[in-house]
Amino acid sequence: MNILLWLIPAALLLGLLGLLGFLWALKSGQFDDLDGAAHRILFDDEDETPPPPEDPNRR
Amino acid sequence: MSPSTPTCRHCGSEVPANRTARTDFCCTGCAAAYDLVNGLGLEGYYRRRVIDPAQRPLKPDEDSPEIDYAAYVRDEGEGVRSINLMVEGLHCAACVWLIESVLARRPGVVSARVNMTTRRLALRWRSDQADADILAASVNRLGYRLMPYDPALIGRESERREKELLRAMAVAGFAAGNVMLLSVSVWAGQFQGMGPATRDLFHWISGLIALPAIAYAGVPFFRSALSALAAGRVNMDVPISLAVVLAAAMSVYQTAAGAEHAYFDSAIGLLFFLLVGRYLDTRARGRARSSAENLLALGAQAVTVVEPSGRRRVLPPSQVEPGMTALAAAGERIPIDGEVIDGVSDLDTGLIDGESLPKPAAPGTRVFAGTLNLSAPLTLTVTAVGEDTLLAEIARLIEAAEQERGRYVALADRVARLYAPVVHGLALITFIGWWIVPGVAWQTALLNAIAVLIITCPCALALAVPVVQVIASGRLLRRGVLVKSGSAFERLAAVDTVVFDKTGTLTEGRPELIEGAGVDGDAFAAAAALAAASKHPLARALVRAVSTRGLTLPPFRGVREVAGRGLEADTAEGVVRLGSRAFCGVREDGEFSGPELWLVRPGAAPAHFVFADRPRADAAEVVAALKGRGLRLAVLSGDRRGVVEAIAGDVGIDDWHAECGPADKVRRLEALSGEGRRVLMVGDGLNDAPALAAAHVSMSPSTAVDISQTAADAVFQGARLAPVVETLGVARRAARLIRQNLALAFLYNGITIPLAVSGRVTPLIAAIAMSASSLVVIANALRLNRGRAL
Repeated sequence: MNILLWLIPAALLLGLLGLLGFLWALKSGQFDDLDGAAHRILFDDEDETPPPPEDPNRR
Repeated sequence: MSPSTPTCRHCGSEVPANRTARTDFCCTGCAAAYDLVNGLGLEGYYRRRVIDPAQRPLKPDEDSPEIDYAAYVRDEGEGVRSINLMVEGLHCAACVWLIESVLARRPGVVSARVNMTTRRLALRWRSDQADADILAASVNRLGYRLMPYDPALIGRESERREKELLRAMAVAGFAAGNVMLLSVSVWAGQFQGMGPATRDLFHWISGLIALPAIAYAGVPFFRSALSALAAGRVNMDVPISLAVVLAAAMSVYQTAAGAEHAYFDSAIGLLFFLLVGRYLDTRARGRARSSAENLLALGAQAVTVVEPSGRRRVLPPSQVEPGMTALAAAGERIPIDGEVIDGVSDLDTGLIDGESLPKPAAPGTRVFAGTLNLSAPLTLTVTAVGEDTLLAEIARLIEAAEQERGRYVALADRVARLYAPVVHGLALITFIGWWIVPGVAWQTALLNAIAVLIITCPCALALAVPVVQVIASGRLLRRGVLVKSGSAFERLAAVDTVVFDKTGTLTEGRPELIEGAGVDGDAFAAAAALAAASKHPLARALVRAVSTRGLTLPPFRGVREVAGRGLEADTAEGVVRLGSRAFCGVREDGEFSGPELWLVRPGAAPAHFVFADRPRADAAEVVAALKGRGLRLAVLSGDRRGVVEAIAGDVGIDDWHAECGPADKVRRLEALSGEGRRVLMVGDGLNDAPALAAAHVSMSPSTAVDISQTAADAVFQGARLAPVVETLGVARRAARLIRQNLALAFLYNGITIPLAVSGRVTPLIAAIAMSASSLVVIANALRLNRGRAL
């Protein structure tokens, strides 16, 4: 049964990691806008960066 | 002009019949917005968006008042500034994408993020490259309306509480899962010969997990229990806290003594289930509150003030003082009480007195906050602001009525009030009973008393009501009905009388052309061509009517609007006029008193257009359905007798009262409740707001004024009245499920309490009974989601 001395802490540690992950997500606002996040993925963000400024001297 | 009504490519509303250039658009603002979107390469927006008819159309304001964004800007240091804005006119996810993309392309913007749930925009930018006014203008030009707000004033408290509960729930869930895992091993070990050393080790580990978790996750309950005790009361949280703390303490003692049973799993499991119920409860309330907050924050409208120097400034209402000179642009809601000093216009006073037709305003006219200025700008002297306005007066009337209703105690609270003393009494009797039995150690007596506390703890009871309410409001929300308070379901279920307001509730609240005397195609076309230049409701109705007939409109140039009277234009033959009887020079014959317009043209007989406010399409159907459920129906309206009688007759309601002011409506409702009736009030106007608050329960359409939506218990969307029937149906089913759930909870207690008192409850039985009762209650509540439409 000595294996328990390893397994129980290991199980607890994994569970704790999950819990910390959830608390971090909560704190960093991952749950603030559940409706928006579901739709946001449907839009391409290829053009999210502003276009390079117009350069009249180009070419 | 084509017979089918063309719609604007940008905002999707009807294109007025008299547009000459760029007939794809309803106005130049929309055309400019479309060009702007295309110019930025974001035209994909139009393919992706879904227009939500409940939102205002995406039409840019032509002469929007300047909003002072600078007052709300915050400095975040290192040259970065930020502002929080509420977005009006958000239709769908594509709107979120459009706003974010447009802002991201502006130089200097650090981040722009729209929260679709709360309809709020957080904007950050570098102060040396951009400016709040310019950034906001780039979004306003698209037809959205950005309103700055102070995040400190909005929902911080409830948001914080909700997060605290969620955190506590996560910790309790983690601990409960792990402790339960260890407990199952211990229970299995009893049959498979687990050694006492291993069992004690498992108990110690359980305690190590459970104790910190209880200390953290129990705080919401402990705090509430302590404050209740400090106030000399007992609430549901007192037995909860007592059970959890005692069970944990006793378990530590048992573990230290190397005993067979420990209650760590019961203590933490109890906490977890209760937190689930508490979280659901807070969430349901929080969602309703955030939409109400948005409404209230938008209600506080900025005032454009003219300083003695002639400079114009936009001030928040709190900084405006009586005696100042204020401007009210055409199409703007007047934010203050005042007197007109310059300008002639029409005022839509429907908010205040329920009148559906505009009233003329000229120098000397007193105007009230909340009225809508329709046709021309007005200059006003401020006589009252904020708390002193008529609007605030009505708000106070509502508050008073709401306090009256605040005395209503929800079923769960009534049960809890009885429950707590009974639980404490039982536990005490158990302890004393076992103590006086000879040969029983005090530890056993205490253990049995704790078992009673744990087993009776209102796990199922605390879940029974919130779960049903969350599922019921979720179901209604998908149908476009927002129920704002949990207890509204209980009150809706008890309703036996439904009272409707007329204008805007039974009817659509806008006049429609019904007939015309001496009207031929030409007259009709001429009238519509003139009317297209005006925003007056009757003129709009004429334009709407013409678009279904496919007439060619004569081109009039230089149409002039004579505020409060009508429209006129010069033609080669003479002056054409469309307007009131007096304006058109038609003599009084006293035959007709409803809303009307006259058209006079050189060389033709005057044409007479008659309008009426039509009932909603399904009004008669809904009335019949409600009657079929055995409800008594009535109409209370501020309108004239003849009009009310006609509409009531149309939809089939015999009991009607006309010419009721706000106070009359409240009196009438009080009389009804005096007869022992439970009244559902459905209304939309400001004049209904006190009645909405005074009724047993109330609903209002989403077209209603903000203050009525705030006063009502439920708000429904769309052009139909059917949601009223649906809501009543869901509420009745929800009430039935709540009663079933409470019965289940009591049944469970009836079985387990004798077991606990007799000292036969082991941790295994406690854990199974607790989880099973909670799951049964949740499963029963989920039945509400199934089944046909009601």
